[in-house]
Amino acid sequence: MHWGLFFEQAPFGGVQYYQWLLRGFAVTVELSVCAWVVAFLAGSVFGIMRTLPHRAFRAAGGFYVAVFRNIPLIAQFFVWYLVVPELLPGSLGRDLKAMDPEIQFFILAVACLGLFTGGRICEQVRSGIQAQSRGQLSAGLALGLTLPQCYRHVIMPNAYRIIMPPMTSEILNMIKNSAVASTIGVIDLSAQANRLLEYSARPYESFIAITLAYVTLNFTVMFLMRLLERKIRVPGSTGGRHV
Amino acid sequence: MFDLDPLLLLQTAPILLKGMLITLKITVAAVVLGMFSGTLLAVARVSPILPLRWLSALYVNCFRSIPLVMVLMWFYLIVPQMLARFFNLSPLTDIRLISAITAFTMFEAAYYAEIIRAGLGSIPRGQTQAALALGMTLPQALRLVLLPQAFRAMAPLLLTQGIILFQDTALVYILGLGDFFRTAVTIGKTNGYEPAMILFAGLIYFGICYAASRLVDSLKRALAEQKRAS
Repeated sequence: MHWGLFFEQAPFGGVQYYQWLLRGFAVTVELSVCAWVVAFLAGSVFGIMRTLPHRAFRAAGGFYVAVFRNIPLIAQFFVWYLVVPELLPGSLGRDLKAMDPEIQFFILAVACLGLFTGGRICEQVRSGIQAQSRGQLSAGLALGLTLPQCYRHVIMPNAYRIIMPPMTSEILNMIKNSAVASTIGVIDLSAQANRLLEYSARPYESFIAITLAYVTLNFTVMFLMRLLERKIRVPGSTGGRHV
Repeated sequence: MFDLDPLLLLQTAPILLKGMLITLKITVAAVVLGMFSGTLLAVARVSPILPLRWLSALYVNCFRSIPLVMVLMWFYLIVPQMLARFFNLSPLTDIRLISAITAFTMFEAAYYAEIIRAGLGSIPRGQTQAALALGMTLPQALRLVLLPQAFRAMAPLLLTQGIILFQDTALVYILGLGDFFRTAVTIGKTNGYEPAMILFAGLIYFGICYAASRLVDSLKRALAEQKRAS
């Protein structure tokens, strides 16, 4: 083992190898954060739609989940990379292709990973809403709140608290899934593993370092989510734990 | 660019089917082997022997915090030389399929272990106590009383995990292994129909996975019904 490797000069860019690792780490974090915003919004909107009284909304929510959950993630990445730019209306597709490839791949990866994860969040949100007794909604309506007001002030605040633990594991899954973005050219952590291997010819050091970086990221998120969970728990509830 | 020549599909159908066969091979092997090792891990996790519990927890948590892409790359770029020696293969053998199956098995074992552990956890303690009181040893109780119930309770989750695994096998693309997805992409590339072929592949995956998840849903309902009736 030769761990001094990471402080050796990389063959280009005038940086040391450890900076490749840090750059990959930053890309993975950026991609995960942006994709999470997309996933949370899409999952919330479609998840709420799946619980609405109007059949058309429910069908649209069901369609979204069925499409994004039943196609392999790598196939979805390829669709975003090769098909979607052709379908964009007007000059949007051309504008996208004219961008710096690094930014272009990043945007496509955020959309793909975000909507893919959104399909899973959607199901969590739906179960969080349905886990509450119907009396909550009835009471809200009886008090004169409109349906949107009921969702905004009564149902959603509790739904999000209920689904915190499964949401944490979805975030962790999403971080792991972000590695698939390397197949369409995003230079994230996993792509840096290949680059390190290729240029440094030090397979074990490269792969162990990258793997540890993922593990660190995972544990950090797990720790932060646990703090957040404790902070926003409904006072007096066990937060789903029975200890 | 989206019109797909039906003749091309017809001509390439045998290659596509061959690719699907590889996809299914990996899926079935990883489901069977993964569930078997997952069961062992879950049992180790609830065993009274402390080091066994630790080892199982360490294995499961490690594999669950590494992306599948990284696991596949480990098993493709790093471990093959080791595997080749272990299985006594000549350096010329194509070990990509074995690498893929090993990687998926070891990865999925961690996920199956968690599902089966949850299944064991859902069984009331009285069941274990009753089995032990009847004079069974702990292994007997596990084999005859606890595991069958755990599998039954967790059947829908185990099957859903199988569907996820079926989708995940498309990731062997990065190993250059000609599974269904890789084959479809290659055919598209060589004939100038890449976007159409990717959509076609996505559609096939969708059809299979959607049908399978509907089946799992009806199984879930049947199990719930049975539980209510008993």
